[in-house]
Amino acid sequence: MHASSMTAPISYDDGVDLRAQLRRSQRRQQLLAFGLVAPLLLFLAINFITPIALILKNSVDDRAFSKAAPEVVAALKNWDHESPVPQEAVSALISDLVHAKGTPRLNAIASRLNQDVSGYRSLIMSTARRLTEPQPAATLDDLARISPMWEEAAPWKAIQRASGPVSSMHLLAALDLQHDVDGNIAKVPPEEAVFLTIFGRTFWISMIVTACCLLLGYPVAYLLCTATPRAASIMMLAVLIPFWTALLVRTSAWVVLLQREGVVNHFLQWIGVTEAPLELVFNRTGTYIALVHVLLPFMILPIYSLMKGVSVHTVRAAISLGSSPFTAFRRVYFPQTIPGVISGCLLVFVLSIGFYITPALIGGISDQMIGYFIAHFTTETANWPMGAALGGILLLITIMLLAGLGYLRGRSRTSR
Amino acid sequence: MKALKSISIAMAMTAAVVAGTVQASQLNITAWGGSTQAAQKKVYYDPFSEKTGVKIIEDSWSGGLGILRTRVQGGNTSWDVVQVEADEMILGCEEGLLEQLDWDKIGQKEDFIPGAAADCGIGAVVWSTGLVYDGKRLNEGPKTWADFWDLEKFPGKRTLRRGPKYTLEFALMADGVPGGQVYEVLSTTEGVERAFKKLDEIKDEIVWWSAGAQGPQLIASGEVTMGGIYISRAVSANQAEGTNFQVVWPGSVYAIDYFVILSGSKNKENATDFLAYATSADRQKDYPAYGNQGVTNIKANELIDPNVLKNLPTAPANQKDALALDPEFWVENIEKLTQRFNVWASR
Repeated sequence: MHASSMTAPISYDDGVDLRAQLRRSQRRQQLLAFGLVAPLLLFLAINFITPIALILKNSVDDRAFSKAAPEVVAALKNWDHESPVPQEAVSALISDLVHAKGTPRLNAIASRLNQDVSGYRSLIMSTARRLTEPQPAATLDDLARISPMWEEAAPWKAIQRASGPVSSMHLLAALDLQHDVDGNIAKVPPEEAVFLTIFGRTFWISMIVTACCLLLGYPVAYLLCTATPRAASIMMLAVLIPFWTALLVRTSAWVVLLQREGVVNHFLQWIGVTEAPLELVFNRTGTYIALVHVLLPFMILPIYSLMKGVSVHTVRAAISLGSSPFTAFRRVYFPQTIPGVISGCLLVFVLSIGFYITPALIGGISDQMIGYFIAHFTTETANWPMGAALGGILLLITIMLLAGLGYLRGRSRTSR
Repeated sequence: MKALKSISIAMAMTAAVVAGTVQASQLNITAWGGSTQAAQKKVYYDPFSEKTGVKIIEDSWSGGLGILRTRVQGGNTSWDVVQVEADEMILGCEEGLLEQLDWDKIGQKEDFIPGAAADCGIGAVVWSTGLVYDGKRLNEGPKTWADFWDLEKFPGKRTLRRGPKYTLEFALMADGVPGGQVYEVLSTTEGVERAFKKLDEIKDEIVWWSAGAQGPQLIASGEVTMGGIYISRAVSANQAEGTNFQVVWPGSVYAIDYFVILSGSKNKENATDFLAYATSADRQKDYPAYGNQGVTNIKANELIDPNVLKNLPTAPANQKDALALDPEFWVENIEKLTQRFNVWASR
């Protein structure tokens, strides 16, 4: 725009603005291009962005309880925690529980309170079990006869907290935080804190796996580039065949190979390296071995595709000018392959932080990564908000990493 | 436009396929996989299909009320009949996850052993979880849960079912609590602490299994020295694969598993017919020989061969020092203790 502002618009004699014409034809092309990618965009919107948005909404949406127990929510609306629990709240709770009995609503009530305070599920369920009909005149003493817990303010405060419509409870819980009795954000007691450890473990395992993949994959990519075409195609096949094999098959194969009396241990003992069988499976070692194996092609292929374009002549030139081979590699060859290394590391890292099935089958119970807990909450305990919150935080961290590394890659490209 | 057309054709085809699967008379049965489900197929599923023409689609699972909740809440009712544990049956019934059974069509409640006939479930099997080791590897095997905890006398890993149920009972028995007092102790906070503390002693040596078939595999492959596993799987493996699993009946925990119908099942009538069929004395009497589990119909129990009976939890000799699972305890505590267990285990 800067240059054009200094010159008059170029025009034909008949006065048609050439630039306008150009713009029009460009717009047509853009429209056509957009038309071509529109199905893909639509597909992404429907199958990718919408579900993620819905899941994220799930992590803060908190309306299920007030739908399942409308009366007690209404009765406690103006309760100030200082005064005793109002009598209408007691009868409202009894009425809600009686109506919810035998329907999924009872579970909605019990689950939501239990997600807040562990143990409230049994409080609700055992209370409901002993109630048969609404008791408009019931007092707190009647409930206390069922469980003395009702005499305390805590469960009633939990009910008030569960009244919705939105709640940060699950997002906080995913970071080992909670609202304390006064409503301030506080750390959960150490015996309940798990997720920060697990996020840390997830990133640690992913980092180790990425580093191992790089150490193993870089030389392979180099060999692939420099070998004779025949040897290279055989090696390529060796990289690709495991890549094409189903994940579950490879993972189960590792269990067989690595177990106490498996092939690896027998071989090690046979050649005399070890005397007793090593513990290679159902622990961290096995998890690393299998994850590195599964993810190695994702490191080799991007590095290889970039190395293909890097001329070995530059290294020879450096050596002929007096550089040692190592310096030539370090200062001439390696910098040219950095974008491939970054792509490979990024792919492997992002894939491994979300890994579920391999650690689940090969790891011990203390090697499980965050994916295992997301699956646990969504499929085993039906605590979807918690699963959504963990998934949301994982997504956020992944996006931040991608953005950071994308920036790094952009810089490495411009500096070249 | 062409793309739109092909999309709509594809959608129509998918719809037709989906509709087609719904129309055929069928029934999904989800049980616990492995040798016991294979036995059920032989004794219940196949003859039922043959008799009624209902196609049976099998699935397997490893328990957990949350899975039933997810299925019912998520509107995914592809499961019809499910074999569940006692506490899952009671809690599922209270939460409306299970259909109330039509006992007029199923049979007489008095024909079943105590506890087997319920509103939402009918007893399918009586089964045991207990200490099992490989007789080929250990000449002098463990005899008690205290031995199971003895890492010096019996070095090596152990395997237990992932979750608090059975695990906590075994831990208390290992800590010297007599079988009859296990649930009394476990009902107190101190008792729960005591059980977890006992588990801490061998935490690093435990490989947790979830699917029933894993237990015998882990023991047979030498991965673990011994395990608390489904006894029926061990007995079946001895019969079918020539293994030499030794079962320690004293200290084992036996329980009833139930057939239930998931709420919202599209094949409720078929499911009810199946329940009536699979719990009849005539069918149940054949099951123990294949499944190595006890059955719930009193008349069926009278017809079982003594040779088969000796491997069943229902045999008087095996029941003598065994512990009956307390469903009431687990109904009250399963959620709380599962959470506690998960936090404990994942560190």
